[in-house]
Amino acid sequence: MIVIIDYGMGNLHSVYNALTTIGATCKISSNPEDIKAADGVILPGVGAFEDSMKNLSERNLITPIKEAVAMKKPFLGICLGMQVLFENGEEGNGSKGLGILKGNVVKMVDPSVKIPQIGWNRLEIQRETNLWNKDYLPFVYYVHSYYVSDYDVEDLVAYSDYGSMKVPGYFQKENVYAMQYHPEKSGEDGLAMLKNFKEICDDYTTSD
Amino acid sequence: MYTKRIIPCLDVSEGKVVKGINFVGLKEVGNPVELAKQYYEQGADEIVFLDIGATHENRETMVDVVKEVAKTIFIPFTVGGGIRSVQDMQVMLRSGADKISLNSAVIREPQLIADGAQMFGSQCIVVAIDAKQREDKSGWNVYINGGRIDTGLDLLDWAKQCLELGAGEILLTSMDADGTKAGFDIEMLQAVNAIADVPVIASGGCGSLQDFAEVFEKDAADAALAASLFHYGELSVGQVKEYLKEKEIPVRL
Repeated sequence: MIVIIDYGMGNLHSVYNALTTIGATCKISSNPEDIKAADGVILPGVGAFEDSMKNLSERNLITPIKEAVAMKKPFLGICLGMQVLFENGEEGNGSKGLGILKGNVVKMVDPSVKIPQIGWNRLEIQRETNLWNKDYLPFVYYVHSYYVSDYDVEDLVAYSDYGSMKVPGYFQKENVYAMQYHPEKSGEDGLAMLKNFKEICDDYTTSD
Repeated sequence: MYTKRIIPCLDVSEGKVVKGINFVGLKEVGNPVELAKQYYEQGADEIVFLDIGATHENRETMVDVVKEVAKTIFIPFTVGGGIRSVQDMQVMLRSGADKISLNSAVIREPQLIADGAQMFGSQCIVVAIDAKQREDKSGWNVYINGGRIDTGLDLLDWAKQCLELGAGEILLTSMDADGTKAGFDIEMLQAVNAIADVPVIASGGCGSLQDFAEVFEKDAADAALAASLFHYGELSVGQVKEYLKEKEIPVRL
């Protein structure tokens, strides 16, 4: 069972629909017990950094998330759900993130391109990943005005070029997967990534 | 490689896809869920659904269409037509739409753009503008109610206001070009694209592969929308993208 965390941010159903289509069993929940029992966890999200940290805290979800990560459960953050995994977010008045990955989330600045980045961009692969074949460059759908900086280069798997910016698209550190783009809206390429994530969750169950 | 988007548009009424010429003369062409799936498989980057039916029953039907589409295609899709309140937006977003397109209602109540952007994020809010050149050719006026009413508003003034209020994208339809298949209204699109710090989607008039290339080569838009060309099978989304790739315009293939 993969649990999609409901913390009042964004469209959870599109993630749910995509997972169901690739044959995953999943549940939308904000119950810490469900997160504890899950074989894999997804933190989705659309909206503002500050609000999402506030919502996670109010729903007592910060500890269960950190525990799931510590237990080496496959954990996938998507878009805003990816950004809050980092240390700090400068959006709004600035706020602390979950600090699971090293880096800060800052406003994108480049006068040569439109911001937010809305649309499809190709991933340029930095290193091997167990979510897709390294020789293949998937196209993914981005919608964002902020991006991760000061990250640990070893965590970065793939990025996309946007204007003069190198936009970090996908990080992986041990059991933590973090995508700036929306795999659930990235057509067949995105579904293939989610399918591989599901298989990683299945393996986690078996090794239990 | 950031790419230009190709967006098929489906006008939906009473749960069926219809298409008019110059905003009138509707003709039924098919099932929205099936058509959306076909476009998804052809490589569409996004799909726009415009609900052009006016009745309450029609709105309920549209919600069902949106729910079904959300389970069938895995690319972003926008729903517009008859959205008058934050509650209307919420119903469509909850049903699975990724973005909302606002048109006539925000002319009467511009604050709706800001309210929607505040509640759901700017990326959810697409402002659709229908515009027509003034007789003295000094610029363009904004029209509402499916092109029936001239608001007297200047296109560029209105576009600026929409951007200030938090529009995440502008979907710009040329009423002069719509249905003619004589090409996009490049001059009008360029004028808006030059002042817009968010993506501009070109709509109206596309009739050939060259028209798609031209709108991108002339830096008039970030995305191109077409309806009847795709509905009647004159071109497939795949053909358009292959052609653009040959012309060295970045597309997702």
